[in-house]
Amino acid sequence: MSKDLITILLIAPLIGFLINGLFGKWLKNISGGIASLAVLISFIISAFFVFPAVRGGDALKETLYEWIPIESFAIGFHVDALTTVMLLVITGVGFLIHIYSIGYMNHDPGRTRYFAYLNLFVFAMLILVLANNYLMMFIGWEGVGLCSYLLIGFWFERKSATDAGKKAFIVNRIGDFGFLLGMFTLFAAFGTLNFDTLFGRAESNTYEQVFGASTLIVATLLLFVGAVGKSAQIPLYVWLPDAMEGPTPVSALIHAATMVTAGVYMVARSSILFNLAHTGVVVAWVGVLTALFAATMALAANDIKRVLAYSTVSQLGYMFVGVGVGAYTSGIFHLMTHAFFKGLMFLTAGSVMHAMSDELDMRKMGGLRSKLPITYWTFLIGALAIAGFPFLSGFWSKDEILHNAWDSGYQVIFGIGLLTAFLTAFYMFRLIFVVFHGESRVDSEVESHLHESPPVMWIPLVLLAIPSLIIGVIVGWGGEHSAIHNFLGSVFTHHGESHHSNPIPFMIISSIVGIAGILVAWLIYRSKTPLSEPISPVHKLLANKYYIDEIYNAVFVQPIRGISYYLFWKIMDIGIIDGLVNLTAFVLRGIGGLIRRMQTGVVQAYVVSMVIGIIIFLGYYLFIR
Amino acid sequence: MLLSAVIFLPLLGAILIALARHILGESGLKWIALIVTLLTFVVSISLYTGFDASTHDMQFKEERPWIEGLGISYHLGIDGISLWLVLLTTFMTPICVLAAWNSIEKGASGFMISLLMLETAMLGVFCALDLFLFFVFWEAMLIPMYLLIGIWGGHRRIYATIKFVLYTMAGSALMLVGILYLYFQNDNSFNLMTLYGRTLSHQNLLFMAFFIAFAIKVPLFPFHTWLPDAHVEAPTVGSVILAGVLLKMGTYGIVRFCMPLFPEGVAAYTPLIVTLSVIGIIYGALVAMVQPDLKKLVAYSSVSHLGFVVLGLFALNQQGVQGGILQMINHGLSTGGLFLLVGMIYERRHTRMIADFGGLSKQMPIFAVFFMIVTLSSIGLPGLNGFVGEFMILLGGFMSDSFSKVYTIIATTGVILAAVYMLWMFQRVMFGKLDNPKNQALNDLSPREIAVLVPIVIFIVWIGVYPKPFLSRMEQSVSQVLQQSKPTATVKADTPTLALDITTKEAKKIDE
Repeated sequence: MSKDLITILLIAPLIGFLINGLFGKWLKNISGGIASLAVLISFIISAFFVFPAVRGGDALKETLYEWIPIESFAIGFHVDALTTVMLLVITGVGFLIHIYSIGYMNHDPGRTRYFAYLNLFVFAMLILVLANNYLMMFIGWEGVGLCSYLLIGFWFERKSATDAGKKAFIVNRIGDFGFLLGMFTLFAAFGTLNFDTLFGRAESNTYEQVFGASTLIVATLLLFVGAVGKSAQIPLYVWLPDAMEGPTPVSALIHAATMVTAGVYMVARSSILFNLAHTGVVVAWVGVLTALFAATMALAANDIKRVLAYSTVSQLGYMFVGVGVGAYTSGIFHLMTHAFFKGLMFLTAGSVMHAMSDELDMRKMGGLRSKLPITYWTFLIGALAIAGFPFLSGFWSKDEILHNAWDSGYQVIFGIGLLTAFLTAFYMFRLIFVVFHGESRVDSEVESHLHESPPVMWIPLVLLAIPSLIIGVIVGWGGEHSAIHNFLGSVFTHHGESHHSNPIPFMIISSIVGIAGILVAWLIYRSKTPLSEPISPVHKLLANKYYIDEIYNAVFVQPIRGISYYLFWKIMDIGIIDGLVNLTAFVLRGIGGLIRRMQTGVVQAYVVSMVIGIIIFLGYYLFIR
Repeated sequence: MLLSAVIFLPLLGAILIALARHILGESGLKWIALIVTLLTFVVSISLYTGFDASTHDMQFKEERPWIEGLGISYHLGIDGISLWLVLLTTFMTPICVLAAWNSIEKGASGFMISLLMLETAMLGVFCALDLFLFFVFWEAMLIPMYLLIGIWGGHRRIYATIKFVLYTMAGSALMLVGILYLYFQNDNSFNLMTLYGRTLSHQNLLFMAFFIAFAIKVPLFPFHTWLPDAHVEAPTVGSVILAGVLLKMGTYGIVRFCMPLFPEGVAAYTPLIVTLSVIGIIYGALVAMVQPDLKKLVAYSSVSHLGFVVLGLFALNQQGVQGGILQMINHGLSTGGLFLLVGMIYERRHTRMIADFGGLSKQMPIFAVFFMIVTLSSIGLPGLNGFVGEFMILLGGFMSDSFSKVYTIIATTGVILAAVYMLWMFQRVMFGKLDNPKNQALNDLSPREIAVLVPIVIFIVWIGVYPKPFLSRMEQSVSQVLQQSKPTATVKADTPTLALDITTKEAKKIDE
């Protein structure tokens, strides 16, 4: 029965995709409804899997069919508590974003295509989290990448949008290169890619040491390269800020709540391997450096969606700190709270754009609080949550991560994380004060159209604001005895995830840091606008994103293109190889021309040459041999 | 008789067209060609349904003496490897007929006759179990191809045809010498089946004689420069057949002759060949990236893709070889599909330059969907066919005992490059503003064109989602080839594979 349930859960969005994809022409007005219904079905089924009884104990394992027979690669499911959390986030937040999209995309002529892609995305994401082996996970992994590509470039007439989509796909492919090699290493070592079997062999130490003692280190780091690509960490984060070219609900769903967290999920899923290989330290360091680095770029960004994008990169960094220091539950906890508050903030940003005729530059906003009250209050909740304001959702999960980092002996990471927390609160409230407070800098033309979003859009906002407020208290209260730890405990039992020190001081420190950030932002931006910000070299560096895109372009893109064009194509291919081919032809023709002259047609000449030939042969056989 | 029927039905069709071309009009001829090729496909399906996957023996065998004095016989048969190439051929040809429906302006009857004769020759190559018969079909293939490019091709068609023919003939000449030498080692017989299992002398030389002929066909770097020219000048259908089937002659020849007959040659030259394939993968991709001409881009992408195939074959393990064979089919579908799609916009705009396009998605949404799916298949997106082949090839390469992992690691970067050149091309052709007035007048696909593409897309998805029926039928034949391609003296080389077999079996048990 459970197998059927999962199949329906998985197939529903696929059917939605097929209906909208094939018959969309006739379904323009109900395409959003169809797509939302498909995800709602998945959500309802997902909710059942919260109860272990439905899963039949710890985990439900089912094989659907054999895919590549020689290595018994199969399409199969593995549903445990971790999967369930992911399922709920994907389908729950996903459903709300689908509903919101009905309003947001109402006037877009391509909305059936939009909803088809969105359903396809949910389908691929479900494959990713339901998989019981790395190969199937990879199918979903690249599938979500495809949908991300299609949705970023949804408005394909804009070059910047299709550039961004292409960049996302290619940068992700660089990560996938690592994922692929990681899978090869794992397969060469373990002879399987099935989670259960593979982890079992890893724990019992029965595998072939492909790379000697460092086999697992190599394998986990390669997998992590994949995670770095998908979850936009240093050095592959560059695609995510550009991905904001897509419709805003897409940014909320794919580039905040779900797809970009796939890397965190993958590391958590592979926790046994990372623990055995002790490579979590790399994960944590990459995570914390990304968190800080992205936060600094958010300080100087004036595009409201870019601020949120950098913030997403930064928060993903926190999640990697969590899973890196072995606090897997805390990492997943943050993944969940982040899905709510960041999804919420993107949707509110969409609501602002909706009201402001797609304006994104916050220097042209200000004082929107009174015009867009629901948007303002829901955004504020999201911002307080991410800033770690006491007792909101982000407070609990972020605090747990930092606390665990400290307890695991990563004091420096803890320090950087705390600094980042301060910056996070600061840039988020910079955004709030500039956009919603102060005097209006809105064009009078736009100002006359300012309006709050319709209910189909603001109801999802409210429904996301509620968990952003309270989910932390509900599932996070009580530290290691909290609901989330009890729930996920069965998945991550294999390592000592225990809080030694008293959590209260950490909570107090985080609260102070968060509130301090808010206060500093208030001091600076309650009256001033970003227009009057000084153009210092540091600010310029930040505003230009450390020139990383330019550096990548100059170091990788242009040289490769130039070498390919001149050296490989013009010189090697056309010059040398074809030159040799044509030279051969030319020489042969020349020889042919010479030989042709010998065919004189004079019989006597032929006889002479024949006689000479006979003499030579006879001479050879008689005298020389 | 089934194989003979499949092979010679198209030839009968060609004769019929030749006889009836004055009686029936142009469209009548096309219908004959379509019906005959479809019939051939339908008949060939019974090869699939009647195929016994549990044995590596040749099936549907036919053997009768032809020129007895010289040990030449009419000897046909297929195994789990040639089965797929036969089906690929019979599948692609009716698609080609339909694709050429309106595009051939002069001499449609000659075109169809050439196409049908080509099909017979290609099928003959894949089914022949007699070296002489094989060579006859192999050379016979050249003539209709020569005509297809030379008569119905583009402006520089003569240069391209001569280059194509000379390149191929150079290889064939070497192979002919090899075949004759084998004849004497095989008790004056051309029978391939008795050759298997003999320990031949001068294997390295023989290997090279055959391999160069095949490497030119593949084409393996650096023998590839005929391909872009031939593709650019060939009519759409010529390109489709060329990419879809003809290139597989090379890789098929490697599996059928080079690997099982000359294990010593395999051992000696694997490092060289694998190096060339890896160079081909990267080089083909990089050169494809900078092409301004759509057809050239696809042609160079073939160099890259076929590099993967050869890499897989020389991994000399189940994963690699099965992946390589599957990738032959995949490449036929995706690259054949790409050439069809390029042909469709070429027919409308009479240009193949990427820069002449832009924003077509808006004007041609149905075209855009097909183009996207085939592009993604070519990129190797999981869920579509290309990924299964590429994954197995790279996994096989990584696990291979015959070359270092470094080769596979470098080859894997081809996965990134494929995304770069294909998506960049797609962006420039399909996305952006529809600002060229000539593009604003384009019509979307006609029902005929949709009918051409739908079968290809069905198989692209099918192989991606459920490759088992394809892979399970080749398993026995592949293990036979692998066994034959191991040098007989070295028992040692067998041990790691055996150990691996045990672990996989264990894995299967545990998974169950």
